[in-house]
Amino acid sequence: MPALGADMEAGTLLEWRVKPGDAVKRGDIIAVVDTDKAEIEVEVFEDGVVEELLVEEGTKVPVGTPLARLQGANGEAPAPTPEQVAAAEPTPPPEPPAPAAAPPPSPAPAASSTPSEHRPRVSPLARRTADRLHVDLAEVEGSGPGGSIVQADVERAAGVLPEPADEVAEPPPPAAQPEPPPPAPSEPAPSSHQDAMRKAIGALMARSKREVPHYYLEHQIEISRALAWLEERNRERAVSERLLPAVMLLRAVARATAETPALNGFWVDDAFQPASGVHLGVAISLRGGGLVAPAIHDADRKDLDQLMAELRDLVSRARAGRLRSSEMSDPTLTVTSLGEQGADLVQGVIYPPQVALVGFGAIRERPWAADGMVGAKPVVTATLAGDHRASDGIVGSRFLALIARKLQNPEEDE
Amino acid sequence: MTEQQARDAYLTALAEVAPEVDPAEIDPQRDLGEQLEIDSIDFLNLIVALAGKTGIKVPERDYPQLRTVNGAVTYLSTSSP
Repeated sequence: MPALGADMEAGTLLEWRVKPGDAVKRGDIIAVVDTDKAEIEVEVFEDGVVEELLVEEGTKVPVGTPLARLQGANGEAPAPTPEQVAAAEPTPPPEPPAPAAAPPPSPAPAASSTPSEHRPRVSPLARRTADRLHVDLAEVEGSGPGGSIVQADVERAAGVLPEPADEVAEPPPPAAQPEPPPPAPSEPAPSSHQDAMRKAIGALMARSKREVPHYYLEHQIEISRALAWLEERNRERAVSERLLPAVMLLRAVARATAETPALNGFWVDDAFQPASGVHLGVAISLRGGGLVAPAIHDADRKDLDQLMAELRDLVSRARAGRLRSSEMSDPTLTVTSLGEQGADLVQGVIYPPQVALVGFGAIRERPWAADGMVGAKPVVTATLAGDHRASDGIVGSRFLALIARKLQNPEEDE
Repeated sequence: MTEQQARDAYLTALAEVAPEVDPAEIDPQRDLGEQLEIDSIDFLNLIVALAGKTGIKVPERDYPQLRTVNGAVTYLSTSSP
């Protein structure tokens, strides 16, 4: 059971997506897990063949509990990768570590109260999806093992198109697509999720404020050049291919982060661990309340089109409750933007164990002095919240200036 | 298109982007982002959905006119695809 957030202690296995004998590649989704705040699709870390599923659907197990046994491509059980080990260790574990062997799984919930009828098994994920989409399970055909009903069956019955089966075989992140995928219909999270999410966000933010010595910097950035450049590019494009100013900001942050390693990594055990890639967490608000900040992997290596496609996909999946485990556990630094209706700037709270949070306020026309003259220009205020254990203000200050410089020269890095 | 058609197209596109919203509760004069949880991505999805339904490709500089129901109805019913 992976740690899908610094505060996660246990998760419930909602649905298996593989069975013994299936071959899996790194990044394939093997199960859907409930973290109490959200349903997350869990990816496998290594290539291999599924030998045994160790936890039954419906069971809640502590973080770190083995979920399945995989045989590696060379016939041996693969050693956990460093990321897997890091993900399995929440900081700090509140109780003595759970035993490494899987606990005896509690029996799966009884399928039916009318023993005279033969009813197929229904995965817990399928059952709650049926509730959410108002689907009568009696009318759903099961495609899971033994004719059991899985989430995809319920979604098909509801007329909501599930992800195509072969998408599961592609490793994340998705390659640049010619057209962004249509937004998945999104439902507000079940209210128990919302309550748990609220509590979890509260606990994490309280912990951050308690443990992380924050310093705060801000920098106003005049972005008329970036916006003009964007408008020029968008003019020739189909509406569905247009780029938003948000991705220009994300790209500038990602590239500046690649050049500022002291802000890209984790504070663990009283030391800074630099991360090997820039996996930019993007704060996304959920309809009906709540916040997640999943990662765009290797954001510094992606061009604007890829960033736009991935951002749209991420937002749509975040709101539909279809985020993946690597997106939850991998952010190395997070960006938050309060949008066009909002405040001028945001001084945020760092998500532990990250060491920095970048914020953007609304883009507004303001008086701006340049070359001895004052004019009206679009201005955005960028902020940095930094962990003072990992970096000093001078580092943060240069970082913000670097972001500003990149936004003055949008045609570079193309 | 008529104003009614414009209203229908706009509200249908909005329902795709924000399915939990009751159209009857939308103030037609108020900015969408203010009264609903619509961010820049949602708004772009709305514009894309509208383009699909009406064939009208809204240039970015006209976006402000589509941020209210009333503004959108006027804009869409006086534009040609």
